[in-house]
Amino acid sequence: MAETWQLVIFWLLAVIIIGSAIRVVTTGNLVHAALYLVGTLMGAAALYLLLLAEFIAWVQVLVYVGAIVVLMLFGLMLTRAPIGKGEFDNNQRPLAGVVALAVFVVSSAILVDAFEGKEINLSTAADPSVEALGEAIFSTYVLPFEVVSVLLLAALVGAIVLARKD
Amino acid sequence: MPVTYILVLSALLFSIGVYGVLARANAVLILLSIELMLNSVNINLVAFSAMLQESGIPGQVFALFVITVAAAEVGIGLAIVILIFRNRSSVDVDEMSLMKW
Repeated sequence: MAETWQLVIFWLLAVIIIGSAIRVVTTGNLVHAALYLVGTLMGAAALYLLLLAEFIAWVQVLVYVGAIVVLMLFGLMLTRAPIGKGEFDNNQRPLAGVVALAVFVVSSAILVDAFEGKEINLSTAADPSVEALGEAIFSTYVLPFEVVSVLLLAALVGAIVLARKD
Repeated sequence: MPVTYILVLSALLFSIGVYGVLARANAVLILLSIELMLNSVNINLVAFSAMLQESGIPGQVFALFVITVAAAEVGIGLAIVILIFRNRSSVDVDEMSLMKW
C-alpha cells in the first residue's frame, strides 16, 4: 500500500519536473523560463524528500530556488534582454533535438542495463539523519569540504573582479 | 520502487538540458539549461544514496558538493555574461565570435 503511494507521488513529481524542464528550454519568454526552472527545482526537492534526503531537499530549496534563480532573474534584468516575447533559439534546433535524443537513449539504456531489478526500499530504510551526514562531511570528506570553501571564495572574488566597473 | 524509474527520469532531465544548451542562443538561458543538467546528476546521486541505505551517505555529501559548485558556477557565469553585455551590448552567443580564428 505504501509502495503504491510512493509510486503515485513519484509519477506526479516526474510529470512536474519534466513538464517544467521542457518549458524551460522551449518557452519564448525569458522570465517564464526562470520561473519554470523553479518548478523543476521544487519538484526535485520534493523527490529528495520522497527519497529520505531531507537535508539535501532543504539545501536545494534554499540555494537553488532562493539564490540561484534570483541571481538568474537579476542577470536577465541587468542584460536588459527583451523581457517578453522574442526569439532566443538559434538555427540548430533540429540537430540539438537529435543530439539530446541520442544522449537520452544511450544513457538510459546503459543505466537500465546496469541497474535492472535493483529496488529502493523506502519502508525499511534507516532514516539517514543529518547527524550522520554532518559526521561524514567533517570526517571522511573534510578535505573536499575545505576545497569547496576555497572554490566559493575564489568564485566570490572572481565575480567581483569581473563585474565591477573600473 | 525500482531505481531505474528515477535513473531514467534523470537521464531525460539531462538530455533536456543538453537540448537547451545546444538550441538556445541567449547566454543566460544556456546557464539555466546547465542548471537542469546539474540537477539531474543530483537526482541520480540521491537515488543511489537511498538505494544503498546506511552506506549511501557519500551520495548525499556529493550532492551537496554539486549544489555548491553550481552556485559558484552561476556567480562567475553571470559576471562574465554581464561583462560581455557591457562590452558588446548583446548576450547572443552566436554573435560572440571574437576569439574565433
